[in-house]
Amino acid sequence: MSGLRVLRIGPMASVQDLGRPGLLADGVAQGGAADQRALAEGAALLGQNLSCAALELGGVGGVFEVTGSLRVAFTGAPMSATCDGVRMAWNASYQLKAGQLLEIGAATRGVYGYLHLGGGIDVPLMLGARAAHVGAGLGRMIQAGDTLRAGPDQGTRVDQTLRVADRFGGGGVRLVESFQSDLFSGETRARFTATAFRRGARANRMGVELVGDGRRFTAIDQLNVLSEVIVPGDVQMTGEGTPFVLMREHQTTGGYPRIGSVLPSDLPRIAQSVQGDEIRFQWVTLDQALDLEARDQADLRQLPQQCQPLLRDPSGLSNLLSMQLIGGAVSATADPFAKGAY
Amino acid sequence: MNRAQTLSFPVIRTIGTHGVLVSFSDHLSDAQNRAALAFRAAVQALRLGGIVETSTTLTSVFVRFDPTVLPHRALQDRLSDLLAQQDWSLAELPAGRRLWQVPTVYGTELAPQLGEAADLAGMSESAAIESLGAARVRVLTLGFAPGQPYLGPLEACWDIPRQSGLTPQVPRGALVAAVAQLVLFAAPSPTGWRHVGQTGFSCFDLNHPAPIALRVGDEMQFVPVSPQELATASERDPRYGGAQMLEIDA
Repeated sequence: MSGLRVLRIGPMASVQDLGRPGLLADGVAQGGAADQRALAEGAALLGQNLSCAALELGGVGGVFEVTGSLRVAFTGAPMSATCDGVRMAWNASYQLKAGQLLEIGAATRGVYGYLHLGGGIDVPLMLGARAAHVGAGLGRMIQAGDTLRAGPDQGTRVDQTLRVADRFGGGGVRLVESFQSDLFSGETRARFTATAFRRGARANRMGVELVGDGRRFTAIDQLNVLSEVIVPGDVQMTGEGTPFVLMREHQTTGGYPRIGSVLPSDLPRIAQSVQGDEIRFQWVTLDQALDLEARDQADLRQLPQQCQPLLRDPSGLSNLLSMQLIGGAVSATADPFAKGAY
Repeated sequence: MNRAQTLSFPVIRTIGTHGVLVSFSDHLSDAQNRAALAFRAAVQALRLGGIVETSTTLTSVFVRFDPTVLPHRALQDRLSDLLAQQDWSLAELPAGRRLWQVPTVYGTELAPQLGEAADLAGMSESAAIESLGAARVRVLTLGFAPGQPYLGPLEACWDIPRQSGLTPQVPRGALVAAVAQLVLFAAPSPTGWRHVGQTGFSCFDLNHPAPIALRVGDEMQFVPVSPQELATASERDPRYGGAQMLEIDA
């Protein structure tokens, strides 16, 4: 059987895919990979379907034994990776053999790294998807001792690399006004985009806290808002007037007022920001947003054509930049599994 | 200025980049929840290409769609036309709804906050059991956890506040009350609502081909039984704790 035996793993590792769209009426959020772009990049590097499930690694990786011939790819937050001690590039795909030891270290930038298997990870479908959504009673975190079995793999694409959109380290994020934006005064909305936020300490797959300059962002009728449907990207203000960007594992409805909604294509940048990274918001109109989303979708469709052969011969100088020779350097003494690594 | 005074319902607004929300009210009422249920059914019946999913919250209908197939303007025009066709708060509820009669132990050590809730509602425990046991409540919305219903409306005397603290955990099948509503817990959970009854009902069971038991619009009645009767019913019927399901004629 092809797959990986998990020898050691961080506390925030789970199987993720595109999630479960279409079940809001049953009280089930879409969920799925925190960085959906990374899923598309992994599918491109392995030349396989976007629906294949991958292992999402929050902050730190793990140590895995290869149980059979297996294709793998690495995407998302860059992490150090070695096979039998030999360094491997991130944003690249490889062929592995039974008995080899794959080690993935801590993220050097960003939060969520992804380990993709040729054929996807074969865990049972739950409500139509393989993604774990632990809070909803769907699946669980991956632990040492687990085996990740690869699905049937007809693909052959390996030794590919991809230059990816940099979304690790915060930056600019665009949002649209939404149904509750007018609960906030024009002054508050303007102050929202004028504020240099930092990603706060409270962040997970449900939501990400933003810390501003200490001034609150409160709605006109903060306590009197009827619970309403939530979409990923909604920016809600808690009772303390602190913004949280709601991520893919959001609750299906919520009663805190929402100032606006982050564009789906900018959500990976929020997901991949680490505590302290600066995030600035920019209002765009709905028409601009739809244009940006259409362009993002077109970009994603181009990914398979943008893969380049991975040259491991140092004489292939033209490709040195994409090999990230030093991008994965980590401290030799730090324990990547130490608690609070990100 | 309070926005509530400036909005006239029903209102169509965008949510995010790929959704619209049709709201019938900004406060919960039976009539406006019925409007939302009926309107959602009507939207589904349009079978418009590009609509990805629809759902209801307490008084709104959410429509998620692909704007590259169905532009915002076109969808909003169709929804406006549909809204204008009738007074949706007077519409018939959608067909295919069911009535679930669920054996329920009120009070005892299985549901220790009945007394507290009855006090807040201004009645004795036995009057509370009679009132809650006779109420036929509707699934207003499913949420918080997969398949977990918010049920109501209850009589106005049940408009009781949430507790200031959290109960660390109520079991699966717990019936809790606050703000003129009931919630039937789908999984063990902390809650700020008061635990008034206990059932053997599973709202969500992944091992079943149809894992989610309830649909929005279904009705439920929590029929008082003794702890002994509940134990027997749950042994015989581990999934639903002896609940009976009847089709409601449209």
